[in-house]
Amino acid sequence: MSPTERREAIEGYIAISPWILGFFIWTLGPILASLYFSLTDFEVVKPPVFIGLGNFRRMFFGDRLFWQSLKVTATYVFVSVPLGITLAFAVALLMNQKVKFLGFFRTAYYMPNLVPAVGSAILWIWIFNPEFGLLNNFLANFGIKGPMWLAHSKWALPALIIMSLWGVGGGMLIYLAGLQGIPTDLYEAAEVDGAGVAARFWHVTVPQMTPVLFFNLVMGIIGSFQVFTAGYIMTGGGPRYATYFYVLHLYYNAFHYFRMGHASALAWVLGIIILFFTLLVFRSSAAWVYYEGELRGRR
Amino acid sequence: MGQGAVAVGKVAVRRGTVPFLARRSVRNVLFKLVIYPVLIAGSIVMLMPLAWLVSSSLKPSGLIFVVPPQWIPKPIAWENYRKVWELIPFALYTRNTLIITIGSIIGGVSSATLVAFGFARLRFPGRDVLFLVLLSTIMIPEQVTLIPTYVLFRLIGWLDTFYPLIVPTFFGGGAFSIFLVRQFFMRLPLELDDAARIDGCGSFGIFFRILLPQARPVLGVLAIFSFMGNWNGFFLPLIYLNSPEKYTLSIGINLFRGTQFAAWNLLMAASLMMALPCIVLYFVAQRYFIQGIVFTGIKG
Repeated sequence: MSPTERREAIEGYIAISPWILGFFIWTLGPILASLYFSLTDFEVVKPPVFIGLGNFRRMFFGDRLFWQSLKVTATYVFVSVPLGITLAFAVALLMNQKVKFLGFFRTAYYMPNLVPAVGSAILWIWIFNPEFGLLNNFLANFGIKGPMWLAHSKWALPALIIMSLWGVGGGMLIYLAGLQGIPTDLYEAAEVDGAGVAARFWHVTVPQMTPVLFFNLVMGIIGSFQVFTAGYIMTGGGPRYATYFYVLHLYYNAFHYFRMGHASALAWVLGIIILFFTLLVFRSSAAWVYYEGELRGRR
Repeated sequence: MGQGAVAVGKVAVRRGTVPFLARRSVRNVLFKLVIYPVLIAGSIVMLMPLAWLVSSSLKPSGLIFVVPPQWIPKPIAWENYRKVWELIPFALYTRNTLIITIGSIIGGVSSATLVAFGFARLRFPGRDVLFLVLLSTIMIPEQVTLIPTYVLFRLIGWLDTFYPLIVPTFFGGGAFSIFLVRQFFMRLPLELDDAARIDGCGSFGIFFRILLPQARPVLGVLAIFSFMGNWNGFFLPLIYLNSPEKYTLSIGINLFRGTQFAAWNLLMAASLMMALPCIVLYFVAQRYFIQGIVFTGIKG
């Protein structure tokens, strides 16, 4: 290494030093500490006591709420994420058809994302109000008697999923930009080859969009497994634990009962679940995600 | 509809082989007849809750529980907004939220740009591996680090202060921010740096004098994201702030809901007031806003 190279390297380390420090203080350190805490009985005020796998044993075999929260969260993730992506993609496709007033539509669909989480949670409690809320009053116009929504254990989770769909505007913006970025010569070439609308959609649009869809699927899964605010504010996890999300369970354990050891174990299991599904999606991506220039060269 | 489409349509008509419904022009018209109604209906669905928010916030108490609902209340109760300020320390909550938000913007933007500069423009051993490590941290849910971090803050006596919400942002401002700025810096020609070096500029001189002035759009995007994230943040303030005089708007308004469970007009007014800065920001800086969202969603 020449002196100038060495100097540049040192300056490089200095430049990234905030992140390096942060990585140790706020990421790696806490991850390891949380692994240790997960093996202990730890109630904050007293030092942790090592109990081996006790927390995990209790979680898997003695904690019905753990399984319930897992079921609720998985249902939420596997319904709201695909539904949200499909809807956002569909809207983006429509908007990409050279529509007029694009700016208006884009803003209209995006607007809900501008309402803070707490504000929209409170707004939707009011919308879901069985008697005086917007939704059931709207349904009444068609002679439908709307359900009790948040007050009914069968309808509370669907209600939260409906509410999550109100935020499709964010994804829509992303897909719209992706669609606009597809080179037009691909379509022209397909047309020359005699591809119709459907063929062009399946063989040009979809493959070109798979990297974006893939990325948003991964981020959607990661984010939705961590859903908290809606459940905490709107239902408190009820009724009858119907919306008792995993992170609610974790939060109550950690900050209401101060079972920090148990909560750390819960956090680790959540991390592993998220990692598992992320890797699963990554693994499957070879089969369905198309990356430019990858096709040739291999095989 | 392009030139080619017309030509193809004409040829087809002349030959008379393409059935009416399969003709391009006909299909385009039909398509548009479907697209606009669907898009408009969707817009109404999206905007309706917002209209309901505004309408409810302007209702006098007597009109909240009226079926069917009056969309334009008579009389309009503008005083609801004033009442919120009287019933809860809205100004104090706003101040607290602003302190946290501005502190985090400063911390996040300054440290993310510096770190991104290092990753994008300087060569040092291990850079690419470290960057991969950085990217993989995006996958780690914050709950995994939450409890030890909480314990650490408790240990140093920072519970019930704003520090846990601000100080960590000074350590890179999150993997996403660093990634965003790095991609921006990568696109600037390296000749800029070389020319500056020949003129005797050091690395940090390049950073401050050459690159930063060009990075204003991406700094804008970062600042907007950081604003939205912190202004709306709920989980961390909920955990770290205990005394009422430290509450942020999120926490304060949620608390207000607990005490005023039937005063939907006031709750809607409070929620709308909290949303207002975000809505204004969107319309003022729409371009940055959209660029940022698109970027974070696409370039993964």
